[in-house]
Amino acid sequence: MQVTSHVREPLVTNGKTMHDITQDICRQVEAKPTLAWLVAFAISVATLLIGSVALASTWWYGIGVWGLNKTIGWAWDITNFVWWVGIGHAGTLISAILLLFRQKWRTSINRAAEAMTIFAVLCAGSFILMHMGRPWLAHWALPLPNTYGSLWVNFNSPLVWDVFAISTYLTVSVVFWYVGLIPDLATIRDRAKITLEENPLLPTDTAEERKAKKAKRRPISAFMYGLLSFGWEGGAKVWARYEYVALILAGLSTPLVLSVHTIVSFDFATSVIPGWHTTIFPPYFVAGAIFSGFAMVLTLMLITRVVFKLEDYITIEHIEVMNKVIILTGSIVGIAYITEFFVAWYSGVEYESYAFINRAFGPYWWAYAAMMTCNVISPQLFWFRTIRRSLVWTFVLSIVVNIGMWFERFVIIVTSLHRDYLPSSWAMFYPTIYDVGDYVFSFGLFFTLFFLFAKFLPVINMAEVKTVLNSTDEKAKKDAEQRIREEQKQTETETVG
Amino acid sequence: MADHIQYNLEERYEFTPKLRKQLLMVIGIGLLLLVAGAVFLALDTGGGHHGGGEHHGGGHHEGGGGGEEHGYNWMTRIWANFWLNGIFFTEIAVMGVLFLAIQYLAKAGWSASFLRIPTAFGNFLPFTGGVLLIVFLFANHDLFHWTHSSLYDKAGEEYDSIIANKAPFFFWPFESGSFPVFWLARFVLYFVLWYWLYTLIKKQHLAEDNIENRLNVKHYDKATVYSAIFIVIFAVTSSTSAWDWVMSIDTHWFSTMFGWYMFASGWVSGLAVITLAVIYLKEQGYLKMVNENHLHDLGKFMFAFSIFWTYIWFSQFLLIYYANMAEETIYFYERLYGYDGIYSPMLVLNLIINFVFPFLFLMTRDAKRKAIFLKVAAWGILIGHYLDFFVMIMPGTVKENGGFFLVEIGTLLMFIGGFVLVFANTLSKYGLIPKNHPMLEESLHHSI
Repeated sequence: MQVTSHVREPLVTNGKTMHDITQDICRQVEAKPTLAWLVAFAISVATLLIGSVALASTWWYGIGVWGLNKTIGWAWDITNFVWWVGIGHAGTLISAILLLFRQKWRTSINRAAEAMTIFAVLCAGSFILMHMGRPWLAHWALPLPNTYGSLWVNFNSPLVWDVFAISTYLTVSVVFWYVGLIPDLATIRDRAKITLEENPLLPTDTAEERKAKKAKRRPISAFMYGLLSFGWEGGAKVWARYEYVALILAGLSTPLVLSVHTIVSFDFATSVIPGWHTTIFPPYFVAGAIFSGFAMVLTLMLITRVVFKLEDYITIEHIEVMNKVIILTGSIVGIAYITEFFVAWYSGVEYESYAFINRAFGPYWWAYAAMMTCNVISPQLFWFRTIRRSLVWTFVLSIVVNIGMWFERFVIIVTSLHRDYLPSSWAMFYPTIYDVGDYVFSFGLFFTLFFLFAKFLPVINMAEVKTVLNSTDEKAKKDAEQRIREEQKQTETETVG
Repeated sequence: MADHIQYNLEERYEFTPKLRKQLLMVIGIGLLLLVAGAVFLALDTGGGHHGGGEHHGGGHHEGGGGGEEHGYNWMTRIWANFWLNGIFFTEIAVMGVLFLAIQYLAKAGWSASFLRIPTAFGNFLPFTGGVLLIVFLFANHDLFHWTHSSLYDKAGEEYDSIIANKAPFFFWPFESGSFPVFWLARFVLYFVLWYWLYTLIKKQHLAEDNIENRLNVKHYDKATVYSAIFIVIFAVTSSTSAWDWVMSIDTHWFSTMFGWYMFASGWVSGLAVITLAVIYLKEQGYLKMVNENHLHDLGKFMFAFSIFWTYIWFSQFLLIYYANMAEETIYFYERLYGYDGIYSPMLVLNLIINFVFPFLFLMTRDAKRKAIFLKVAAWGILIGHYLDFFVMIMPGTVKENGGFFLVEIGTLLMFIGGFVLVFANTLSKYGLIPKNHPMLEESLHHSI
């Protein structure tokens, strides 16, 4: 049996039962879209369309429309790429690493976090395609024989490692996410099938009866979710295999998720550019990625829990725990900043010292200040329990963190490049409308996909929440307290006796 | 609960006079070997510098710099060994405190039943702190190139502008090359802070044994607060201490990763010692409630953090190799090809023992659930990480005069004996099971 300590706060509140979980989570999938959803989706699609104009222009005219210049060959494009890849770290971390650590609170947020991961990686990938200028030749990034018109890729380049790392990561994340979805899709399928069985269309039906029945029947859901759930029947053997697959995928994803941002950091750190070449980059980038990913998960979950009324599943306890991860990773990032700064001085390498002083006090000081404030200072507010457990604070700070993490990448990329060894080629970067527009495109893509996901798929993993329900609800906590009281009473009587 | 198995939650560890005698003998043998080794070294190199002639003739290495001008003394190898073991065992001791702090902060349940074991590690900190301080005060010129005042004399022949640039890090606010007050202040601060917070956490952890009502989590909450303070301080000081104590030996060299690299090495060593201690106590009939499920988790920890260490080691190596900048590559160049190549096999062995071995050996579930496998793995990891610290410290201190023989074995035995002595003595002072720990019930029912 599972024993839960009385110091653990409940993860499912208000005495929800197994059936309540099914009802609460299937509701938004089965019901007609709400007005709030329609408005939000319309805004996302509009954003995507506006961004698409910028993207089409970028491809039509070439990437010369960006603000890049002779000195700064990478700016918003790579900043946005790294930013999105970083955000794409939380999902697999929550589903894989927290599964290995047996953290029960992950069950309420893993589904949405994994979906977010996939969408964020797609957004990141879109910047690579944008930067290629000729997206129809994207397959040249793969090691294809020269007869395909491509050139054999340079395996010494970390950019090629990126191709493998990110595509593997995307594949495994999709598989992980989808495998987790199957039991829930089967639940939705079964519920739709029941509507067909309960409302059979009989030749004897009157017109009104038929109309009433048709309103209740959901044949398209039964068919679609039937296809998607791969004939899942929920037998004990199937569940055993499901758990095995989850564990194996978690084992595979854990090194994978760490490797992705490690290799992204190699894009910079294998070079000899001051400010880029430093050995701490791999773990520091990974910490930063988890930091921003958790912030994005919080932003999305805080909205989702209100819109879909999921407060009993995504509780304040969940939010507090995630805020603790934010403060941990944010502080790791802070230590990395300080370490870099210290070693830039300690190394005695003039270029290195200059790069860092220029970062903090040069023309881009405001970007550096934004990065330090948002990433290092603002998460420290989460040391206060009331702030950790406040929805408003959490929401604001989760956005602040992602602003900060965007600036971090901007600082690393642009300030390291804009003043190179030749003062005659020093330059500043000014984004054009196309830089901004392409960024807008990625937001449109991300939110369009996320809202589609939130409407048509269950945002919480019902099956997994049910597995932890008995050991994490309020009753479990009360039982644990009661058990201790009884034991203590028994000991007392024994002593007296 | 009907299925409740009654464990003896009042059990205490008894530090037998027999074990005490054995440990004192280990220390004694260590001392004998050390003395014998010292005699050999003195006879071997007493007349002059071993291979010194060719060295001076051929000019000196970058890393050695002015150090070699001061000559190699056979005592250096002994000091270096004390420094190496002092650092290695400091890391292990402080990682015990870190393990305890992490369990509180992460609200871990599985580990509650054996928490008293890492709790007993921290008491070794004053000993290693004392040893390291004495070694530094007597042998700073032998171990730390940057302590030579001639490096900072602009007019002098040995002036080294790179090291002079770093001087404030060691000597501030005093004059460069004088008394390293800043460095020493930090040294003292690390030990004082670590030990102080350790006692604070331990006090709350132990006070829990005397509470009347087990629903009262006052001590648990306080221990959590102290753990948070410890972890914040340790997050910074683990890196800065690594720069101070080890990275500054190779004074010219720098790497931003170094602090985390040394942390990774120390942390996995600490986990290995915790595992070994749990298994040995179980073998003596203690800790009946710790079963293969707990061992499995300890095994996972050793497995995971062996890979983590490899990740950090490899990232540091790859980036330095890839950028191929002379000021960075010198570190690995010296270890692979320098000093007659004596450190080269150790560097390779280091990777095999610390990565390939635990990776393959602890891969399967069954291996992590069998005490004998874990013992082999933990000893392997400890040998491997001793070697890792050896490769960090020795090339910069004893240079081509390094080796592994009587002095090394003797010093290591003395430290092992001392650590176990302090550990066992501390452990016998309080109950072996945190009987009122709010997570204990979870740990007793741990099943994976």
